[in-house]
Amino acid sequence: MAFIVGFGSYLPARVVANADLAAQLDCTPEWILEMSGIEERRYAAPEEDVVAMGVAAARNCLDGVECPAADIRLLIVSSASLPQRFPGPAAAIAAQLGLGETPAIDIPVASAGSLFGLALASQLAASSGPVLLVATEKMSQAVALQPDQRNTAILFGDGAGACLVREGAGSLRIADCELGSDGTFAPDLRLPLAGPLEMNGRSVIMQASRKMPRAILAVLERSGVPPAEVQAFLMHQANQNLMDRVAKAVGASTNRFYSNIRRYGNTSSASMLIAAAEWWSNAALHPGAPVCFAAFGAGFHWGAVLSIVE
Amino acid sequence: MNNQDRIAQILKAVSQNPDLPGADESLFDGGYLDSFALPEVIAALEKEFGIKIPDSDLNPRKFETINKIVQYVGASS
Repeated sequence: MAFIVGFGSYLPARVVANADLAAQLDCTPEWILEMSGIEERRYAAPEEDVVAMGVAAARNCLDGVECPAADIRLLIVSSASLPQRFPGPAAAIAAQLGLGETPAIDIPVASAGSLFGLALASQLAASSGPVLLVATEKMSQAVALQPDQRNTAILFGDGAGACLVREGAGSLRIADCELGSDGTFAPDLRLPLAGPLEMNGRSVIMQASRKMPRAILAVLERSGVPPAEVQAFLMHQANQNLMDRVAKAVGASTNRFYSNIRRYGNTSSASMLIAAAEWWSNAALHPGAPVCFAAFGAGFHWGAVLSIVE
Repeated sequence: MNNQDRIAQILKAVSQNPDLPGADESLFDGGYLDSFALPEVIAALEKEFGIKIPDSDLNPRKFETINKIVQYVGASS
């Protein structure tokens, strides 16, 4: 049985408010807020890459749970905003953490990569030993700050999250996972090699509005958990309007859906773990309470993970 | 009430706007519906017409205008 031991996160220091983008995008700060629920986001410094942010989040996690890096037996890194085709950042992050020859796997899945990583970690922890999951994204490099790109440029920010998964004991017992992938609409959300990010927002919202609630309800129903009893829903922070819609669809109060999108924007696959780290450091954990993770992203890939507070 | 009238009622209820665009005009380009309203329209169509719209049909272009919705519902009912 796998457990989440704890979380960590890293956010770059530079705060980019809506007012900082409005003139470049030929819109108003109020329009950005109304469309996205976002007031500000973080942008990494030019020299700050996904490896540096991932290492910072990993150290924050390991320090928080007092786990030496030497104990890690597998590193999984989710990132879809890479500066190069290969290698992915996993091996470099492992090296900077001093993990030696510990295997390090890249998951290049935007938005839902951390959820897929969490599900994989829950399965692999038994055979590998402690698994460190890192999600790190520099989405500011994936968008173009120009008026004809405003619908996507307003959404994204940079950051990294991490969590430690291991067998035996921890804060959250991973009870169930539901994952799905469907390439039918793959062109509707993609980041071409030459960029910038391309998104058919209507298609993404239509699919996400259905598939995420379905995955959440699947894991809750299999464990006999009524949605109203879930202590917290920790979702990919894509858009406040979408999170509100998912809450309505699963029949849970919106205040159970932890949200920090107003402050950080959409940090793609990092967002779920950043949200979890904030929630975990501030929440009063109720033993036996269900906590549900969920994400939807490019591919499309989506899913939910149900955990129970120990 | 024919299908077009029933669809018009759904659109007015979701958008909370009685001034429908023309039957072949985009529901989105003029701002009658936003992206987040479309899932509500889909759910209401399923309920009103007793149909199940599969995920594979959730292509926004199929629901771009009133006439396209009428056509889709007619083929699905």
